[in-house]
Amino acid sequence: MHCLWCHQEMIPAIEWGNFFLPDKPKFGCDWCLGQLEVLDGELCKECGRREEAEVCSDCRRWNASSEWKGVLSFNKSVFGYNDMMKEVIAKWKYRGDYALCDLFREDFVRTFNELFKDVKGAKVVPIPLSKERLYERGFNQAEALAGFLDMPSENVLSRIHGEKQSKKTRRDRLMASNPFTLTVGITDPVILIDDIYTTGITLRHAAKLLKEAGCPEVYAFTLARG
Amino acid sequence: MVHTVLNTIGSFLYPTFDWIPTSTYDRSSTETEIHAKQFSGKLLLREEIPLEENLLNQLLSTDLMTTIPSIEKYIWGHRCRRCGNKAKHLFATIPCSRCGTTHVYCRKCIEMGRVMSCSPLYYWTGPQPLRLEQSEPCSWQGELTSHQQKASNEIEKTMMTEAVAELLVWAVCGAGKTEMLFQGINEAIRRGKRVCLATPRADVVRELYPRFTTAFPNTTIEALYGGSEQKKGEGQLILATTHQLLRFAHAFDVVIIDEIDAFPYHADPSLPFASNRAAKPNASLIYLTATPRKKHRNQVQSKQLKAVFVPVRFHGHPLPVPKLHMCFSLKKSLTKFEAPQAFYQWYERRMNPKRQLLIFVPVIALAEKITLSLRDNALFSRETITSVHASDEDRKEKVQAFRDRKLSVLVTTTILERGVTFPSVDVAVLDACHDVFDEAALVQIAGRAGRSPDDPTGEVIFFHDGKTDAMVAAVDAIKQMNKRGRNL
Ligand SMILES: [Zn+2]
Ligand SMILES: [Zn+2]
Ligand SMILES: [Zn+2]
Ligand SMILES: [Zn+2]
Repeated sequence: MHCLWCHQEMIPAIEWGNFFLPDKPKFGCDWCLGQLEVLDGELCKECGRREEAEVCSDCRRWNASSEWKGVLSFNKSVFGYNDMMKEVIAKWKYRGDYALCDLFREDFVRTFNELFKDVKGAKVVPIPLSKERLYERGFNQAEALAGFLDMPSENVLSRIHGEKQSKKTRRDRLMASNPFTLTVGITDPVILIDDIYTTGITLRHAAKLLKEAGCPEVYAFTLARG
Repeated sequence: MVHTVLNTIGSFLYPTFDWIPTSTYDRSSTETEIHAKQFSGKLLLREEIPLEENLLNQLLSTDLMTTIPSIEKYIWGHRCRRCGNKAKHLFATIPCSRCGTTHVYCRKCIEMGRVMSCSPLYYWTGPQPLRLEQSEPCSWQGELTSHQQKASNEIEKTMMTEAVAELLVWAVCGAGKTEMLFQGINEAIRRGKRVCLATPRADVVRELYPRFTTAFPNTTIEALYGGSEQKKGEGQLILATTHQLLRFAHAFDVVIIDEIDAFPYHADPSLPFASNRAAKPNASLIYLTATPRKKHRNQVQSKQLKAVFVPVRFHGHPLPVPKLHMCFSLKKSLTKFEAPQAFYQWYERRMNPKRQLLIFVPVIALAEKITLSLRDNALFSRETITSVHASDEDRKEKVQAFRDRKLSVLVTTTILERGVTFPSVDVAVLDACHDVFDEAALVQIAGRAGRSPDDPTGEVIFFHDGKTDAMVAAVDAIKQMNKRGRNL
């Protein structure tokens, strides 16, 4: 096997413990995987960013708005958005090197199972791309992540093509109308899947729609906290 | 049956380019001219073609443009037709939302846009673009030495051969190889041929561009490298890093490859793949090198590869022969990040203390730390000594400061072994027995000294604690060239 990131050949260490057991497939070398920063310790309990206070100032701002308070139960991100993560995500998502997502697989699945094993009857919903963006990229990164999980994912949302989110200010994004529409009715708890939680506005737009349709709780589970 | 299987295995091992279509048009028209200029000789992804769907479809339906499958499939693997990659771990599959199936894509060349098996490459099969007719394209007025002239004639002869022709130009560091190319390129351009000069290093492209635009003022010349301003690739004369050839196919009548022995051309199989593909089927290939690899030397010796030697520098003086200096305490000094005592003794007794000094060391850490200890030595003035290495952000500025004589000593890793010219330097190698200093590296390093006609000599000294084969071979190679030069 070669490391998916640095292409270095990986020589599996044979120890007594794994001598008779087939090895778990290894997608990245220890050095490269070590550069990814797993988010644990003191985090904002609502958006999952590194934070000493229980709830960060961003989330307090969301809570102050009657329109947005409680729309999203919480967000959990698996990794911090450090330089390594930025590089890997850019190559994966924008260059389109699909195979790279296997680097995240193990931590992504483990964290999900630890957190959501007790949520009963929940459905996994990946954040969709617009038709145009999907054609350009060739794949939807949120669907790729959702595909790692043991639960079937439901594509109940569709997205209208608009300007790139990154080109807008926070105010623009808040004021913009909801880019999502619901294609199928849904009334179960929902775990939204996306690659990056940055301001949280995209996920909240999706969550708001689902809540209005009758979902009791909407959670977000994302790869990285931007 | 057996025959076809062997053929398939053969074409997997040795790439063929018979999949590149040929043009069915022979006459250019004003309508097609603009696209002929834009696309001729290029192998492109749909995303790289700035045309509306309608117009592209029109070009396709009239055979002006042709699509080509982008990935070759074999029972035991694949080959990417853009970069030549056939390594299993550099292919992966993608559940593709464009075509709705899961299929293979190339990971190796993905920085230039993704090559997927469901999406073809596009190739211009319309008429060749018109080139400006010029009776004397080259306006360079300088004079060549007799050695340069001899090589220049051979180069021109090779370029004018109508069938495939190869020539290795084995010219010492400082032979003046750019000027030797002018005569042949002049004739090629005059006959409407398209020429490419590829070199492994972007700084060389940047340095050559003004020299060529001055020498060929009426020819369309383009400089292509990662991040270059020009990126169209439409010129009749293209100066490019070898990497840029990944976008060309059957484009050039003449391909000149500078420093054919150098990394990364030597190390990355994509680059020979791309340069062979960029050449037209009956193109002339000129290889330039001061330190050919064994493979080429053997081919020259067995007369499989034609070669011309330029054993004398353009100023006519012999190459400085390195002195080998044994010092037993070398490793001991280096582990303390200090230069050996012998180095200081040599430095004090240099023949010409006005010369600047280049010090080569094997690793980055040593470059930085030994600089600190040299600064503490009374022989050197603190402010005029610094170090430089590949990942140094100020590399360009430091090299320029040394060139402007604002620095007297530059400590460097092997990054300055090639391509850079300083007029008056002495050269010392600390730990010359280290693995990074192979024969080619040592010959190139020694070649930094004595470049200017005003100071055509220079001292080259290798400090070591045990002679290596590479050191001995480098000294032999230099002496050989000097002998060859005397006998002419
Ligand atoms: Zn790695
Ligand atoms: Zn928060
Ligand atoms: Zn490729
Ligand atoms: Zn496809």
